[in-house]
Amino acid sequence: MPKRTDIASVMVIGSGPIVIGQACEFDYSGTQACRVLKDEGLRVILVNSNPATIMTDPEFADATYIEPITLEALTAIIAKERPDALLPTLGGQTALNAAIALDAAGVLERYNVELIGAKVESIRAGEDRQEFKGVVERAGAEVARSRIAHSMADCLAAAEELGYPLVVRPSFTMGGLGSGIAYSAEDLHRIAGAGLHYSPTAEVLLEESVIGWKEFELEIMRDKADNVVVVCSIENLDPMGVHTGDSITVAPALTLTDREYQRLRDIGLAVIREVGVDTGGCNIQFAVNPQDGRIIVIEMNPRVSRSSALASKATGFPIAKIAARLAIGYTLDEIPNDITGSTPASFEPSIDYIVVKVPRFAFEKFPAADPTLTTTMKSVGEAMALGRSFTEALGKAMRSIDKKGTRFHWRGEPPTAGDLEALIASTAVPTEGRLIDVQQALRATGTPGIAALHQASGIDPWFLDQICLINEVAEAVRLAPALGREVLEQAKRHGLSDEQIGEIRNLSEEAVREIRHAFGLRPVYKMVDTCAGEFAARTPYLYSSYDLESEVRPRTKPAVLILGSGPNRIGQGIEFDYSCVHASLVLGERYETVMINCNPETVSTDYDISGRLYFEPLTFEDVMEIYHAETEAGPVAGVIVQLGGQTPLSLAQRLADAGLPIWGTSPEAIDAAENRGVFGRVLADAGLPAPAYGTALSVAEAQAVAERIGYPVLVRPSYVLGGRGMEIVYDAAQLEEYMIKALPAGGRADAPVLIDRFLDDAIEIDVDALYDGQELFLGGVMEHIEEAGIHSGDSACVLPPVTLSNRDIARIRQSTEAIARGVGVLGLINIQYALMSDVLYVLEANPRASRTVPFVSKATGVPLAKAACLLMAGATIASLKADGVLPATDSALSLEPGYTAVKEAVLPFSRFRTAAGKIVDTVLGPEMRSTGEVMGRDRSFPAAFAKSQLASYGGLPMGGTVFVSVADRDKRSIIFPIKELVEMGFEVIATAGTASVLRRNSIPCREVLKVSEGGGQDGGPTIVDLILSGQVDMVVNTPSGAGARADGYEIRAAITAMNRPIVTTTQNLAAVVQAIEAEKAGPFGVAPIQEAVA
Amino acid sequence: MSRALLVLEDGRVFPGQAYGARGRTLGEIVFNTGMTGYQETLTDPSYRGQIVVMTAPHIGNTGVNDEDPESGQIWVAGYVVRDPARLPSNWRSRRSLDDELAGQGIVGICAVDTRAITLHLRERGAMRAGIFSGPAVVDAHGRAVPVEDLVDQVLASPPMAGRDLAGEVTTEMPYVVEPPAGIDTIAEVVAVDLGIKAMTPELLAARGVRVHVVPRSVTFAQIQALAPDGVFFSNGPGDPAAAGSELEVLRAVLDAGIPFFGICYGSQLLGRALGFDTYKLVFGHRGVNHPVLDKATGKVEITAHNHGFAVAMPTDSDEPVVAPYGDGRYGRVEVSHIDLNDGVVEGIRCLDIPAFSVQYHPEAAAGPHDAQYLFDRFIDLMQAG
Repeated sequence: MPKRTDIASVMVIGSGPIVIGQACEFDYSGTQACRVLKDEGLRVILVNSNPATIMTDPEFADATYIEPITLEALTAIIAKERPDALLPTLGGQTALNAAIALDAAGVLERYNVELIGAKVESIRAGEDRQEFKGVVERAGAEVARSRIAHSMADCLAAAEELGYPLVVRPSFTMGGLGSGIAYSAEDLHRIAGAGLHYSPTAEVLLEESVIGWKEFELEIMRDKADNVVVVCSIENLDPMGVHTGDSITVAPALTLTDREYQRLRDIGLAVIREVGVDTGGCNIQFAVNPQDGRIIVIEMNPRVSRSSALASKATGFPIAKIAARLAIGYTLDEIPNDITGSTPASFEPSIDYIVVKVPRFAFEKFPAADPTLTTTMKSVGEAMALGRSFTEALGKAMRSIDKKGTRFHWRGEPPTAGDLEALIASTAVPTEGRLIDVQQALRATGTPGIAALHQASGIDPWFLDQICLINEVAEAVRLAPALGREVLEQAKRHGLSDEQIGEIRNLSEEAVREIRHAFGLRPVYKMVDTCAGEFAARTPYLYSSYDLESEVRPRTKPAVLILGSGPNRIGQGIEFDYSCVHASLVLGERYETVMINCNPETVSTDYDISGRLYFEPLTFEDVMEIYHAETEAGPVAGVIVQLGGQTPLSLAQRLADAGLPIWGTSPEAIDAAENRGVFGRVLADAGLPAPAYGTALSVAEAQAVAERIGYPVLVRPSYVLGGRGMEIVYDAAQLEEYMIKALPAGGRADAPVLIDRFLDDAIEIDVDALYDGQELFLGGVMEHIEEAGIHSGDSACVLPPVTLSNRDIARIRQSTEAIARGVGVLGLINIQYALMSDVLYVLEANPRASRTVPFVSKATGVPLAKAACLLMAGATIASLKADGVLPATDSALSLEPGYTAVKEAVLPFSRFRTAAGKIVDTVLGPEMRSTGEVMGRDRSFPAAFAKSQLASYGGLPMGGTVFVSVADRDKRSIIFPIKELVEMGFEVIATAGTASVLRRNSIPCREVLKVSEGGGQDGGPTIVDLILSGQVDMVVNTPSGAGARADGYEIRAAITAMNRPIVTTTQNLAAVVQAIEAEKAGPFGVAPIQEAVA
Repeated sequence: MSRALLVLEDGRVFPGQAYGARGRTLGEIVFNTGMTGYQETLTDPSYRGQIVVMTAPHIGNTGVNDEDPESGQIWVAGYVVRDPARLPSNWRSRRSLDDELAGQGIVGICAVDTRAITLHLRERGAMRAGIFSGPAVVDAHGRAVPVEDLVDQVLASPPMAGRDLAGEVTTEMPYVVEPPAGIDTIAEVVAVDLGIKAMTPELLAARGVRVHVVPRSVTFAQIQALAPDGVFFSNGPGDPAAAGSELEVLRAVLDAGIPFFGICYGSQLLGRALGFDTYKLVFGHRGVNHPVLDKATGKVEITAHNHGFAVAMPTDSDEPVVAPYGDGRYGRVEVSHIDLNDGVVEGIRCLDIPAFSVQYHPEAAAGPHDAQYLFDRFIDLMQAG
């Protein structure tokens, strides 16, 4: 039963922007699918609003639409492209929901488009709680006892019957959004209230709690001939109660007997058949009672998922690729297993190693958020590691997280008996650091404490014993008279890093490494082969282990090592993976590309992308060992560190010092750009101004600096990334408050606090450019829509710039060239400028791939990352122009006429609640908090901006009520835009101060009470009441000063809870007004990027 | 932890630590790629005479329970694992695997690179090996025994080819497995125990079959005396070419037209009874993930395997062939199941007499349950006859 012949073109829907719960795993799966479908000779039509994806590169589809994933846009694309089929199972919940909407609107029927990969009925059966319950029961299994509710009254009645605690799950949301555990009626009101709102069908499921039960997942595939295979089993170390995306997970399942595992498999197969997933993959989750083995089916997703990406990387079985083939008619036995090349895909992988996935959180970005882990996913990324044992894999995974405090440690004394009880009790509440607390408690108790910790945390005793084993190994390291071979070997076999061993022995990491190498102790590299060694593998997908025999093959082709970016985090995500993948794609012909990364969600860790893949932590130790192994295998020409973001960059100097051939900009030059003094001299030499600045170690010093340079000032601690701890301070009182918070108890900082003049109302400009030592290529100039002071990652920006003159751009080019030369760039450089009063200030320069490289490349059609790699490999800008890789003139200057691209950030605020259950504050600032981005692309700025708003959160209102409350300094600049809104038919409501200003300018508006003015019986509703009852369609609220910030907080939290737009800057307001006008003017056109680029 | 050595007949030595009982064990070394089911594997009589390497690194996590063994004892000659569990964890666990191995005198080795061993066996084929620990690695004077001596001991042990082992594992006395309460008896089957796994009669009984398990030494007359609706030949250890009287008993069953079903060794015997050869695979099939195509339905099932030998039948055509034995007296026969990994014959079906067999394990235990339909086919065959 080979490929269907009645399908010639397929539309694939991507997952849109990276958000919590839906990240770059869908770029991985979508990219695989597009490649497969193209290889099969089909015309591929791709829709995805996310420009930072590999899948939206022009060569991966025949027609790539970077358009909002909305019913209107998709309908327009279908009308234009007339695809034979729509494949919606590779773009997460976004794509599935879009497919359901297209079906419901009759679009698929009208244009005769067949849904492949999943039927609407199967999607519903998998996702509708009540239907799913029936499915599971027909499959001979159990679900948790539950009741469906459509109102709060239903919820309370159900609680009477089922008792507390209760799990609340809204239907049709992703990543567990809106779900939670209610221990009381009060909790139920809060959680179910939000859940009813988030569910598009206003439906929540309340069910008996299985908190503390063992949690397992199976990844299953089925073809049209009803062949079914289980690709992978996954066990959650964190028991039920923590979203699987936030859990530490392990593959394969380690604490089930065959009988118990086969029972899960039988149920899984019965469910996938009953649901009717007839071609493709699904994920099914189980809870198992650790007391008696009772099995409860939790849920299933009839599509590829984060777990299926993990399973693919864990086993070498490419689920998305195979799902795409199954969707167009192949059966599993007709598809080869491309790791072995000799056996078919109709088998179940067997693995001879252990895989551990650890989530990465970003609570430090949302200090007000409750850090308790629940059934709503909150992690922003994950790292995976493979090892030949659980202990080895766990140690590697924890160090892959690349964040302080995320590894086991043996500092100080173990907890005392007095602290122990509280520590053990605290492990009942799952948090980011729970496993470290468990490890510390076990330090004190040893194996006799396992029972108590199991009782408190629900973590299986087998895992707890393994942590005891790690502690025992560490203790042996500590007690050994000398660091002998045997004790060192044991430590390495159980996953301790040189750094950890050094910490225990009070030695430097380097000293440990020297001793280790003196004993000849190095890791070996084993292959992931899907079959536990039964058949030879031809794909060099490798992981390290302290074991006997290595499988790295010798080669003659020179290698280039590409260091990836590790787990996704806010500020370092898919954009960097994009650049790394480009390096592999462009260098693959001349070099053996060797990718090093530990993020299972990414395209870069697809074994198909690079010559060799090392799935390894990005620490100095791990990179050095890979380098060593590869130098033994053949020549190593270079190491690329400038594409993967801060993680590889931070290793650059040490790697260079160790003699590794770093390609591109030298580590010294990277340092020059980061070092204020050195960079200051570069700017001075070039005659370029930077904002006045100073440093301070105390409150008094800070105030002196601020007096000198003038308020407002931008303050931040030294050595931070992604704007951590940055604030804009408008007066002396606020500065004092900041400094007191920032300073240690003694009142003097260890490292200086940096204070810059903040350029209020400046236009911020982002530039990406290439430099080869002689010549500059200006890739893109982006104008921020928010003013300077909002982190560039959170700010919307437009390319080409809308308000800059040719003279400004010429000045930017000159300055960029001067900086690139002064710093000594070879490859990419990103510079941020601020234009104020006709002075072009340099804010900062980063001689590396930036977050905006993919956006610029998509907007201009110029592959900047590829070009940068070729420069590093020895090409010049002149030669790249001659070869056609780069256009003859700067792409920043030669954009195809008439196209404007807007990048808009997507923010995760609705995921984060305070302990009291309120949404954390949503005001934007110098600290980046967005998780992803979209691109709106059209022929004018207003239309492109409107599309970006549609794509990022569903779009601007076309009418209704706007609430306006702005800081005094902004009151003047809102008059005209608000007037236009009124002319377009919006009703304006405002708090007293803003209302009087508006009225004085003859703008009609209704006055509304502030929260602080109270509601009460007589007072009427406050603005928050109005927002929460759905009577406000958009909020314009600019914060000023600490007091007003607090007052505005309630408003911002409420509107975010209602998922309506909020405008927090005046610049943004102007853009919003233009966009509403454009959207009202008529439907947008849609165009594939290939058309425009060609 | 005391030292142990795994010594292969080709001279390769893997040093590790003693696991289970201390001492010496010799056998054919093979690897099993199942990630679950070590208890079932250890107690599978087909592993008689074999040292089993587990490719899954963590073994013993769920301890040992009283429900999952496939026979009354551990049959493997030796056990090779990477990381044995220190603390078993499962609600059904009664004791640790380490204790169970030691208690049953099974010599094992751990902390070895099981993947390196597996790749070696994949390239060189299954071979003789020995595990040496405790008194087996030191001589009377407390000196380490030279490795060459250990290799010599391995080379002195009998190779698997040509070994008749079923007699060592078969039941001494016949016994009956009754259908569970509430299930009507619909058929009587004589199951010849050549190393039978407990799950096989259990699955037949669950379908209403009263199963008379008889020793390998059973005669055709004894079978006839039970007046069975069908005869079943089980899995078992050893080289089918070295089979004894059971081959003639099987031919008598076929001659009498009694419906026949065989599994694994039983399937190899059907092949030989029909006049085909059997041969030794390089490293065999041992695991729970092999894709097998059922040619009757075109469906692929994921199956449990444990075989080092296979039936040599032509697979290049889908057409049935005439069974060569006795001038074609058994009529036409076809390959009904085939392993999609390597094309090995996994099932045989006679078209003119009521007999069929599979090389793999529909009873699973350990392994997926995809092939349990074969027991229904056996019942259909008996009811058709």
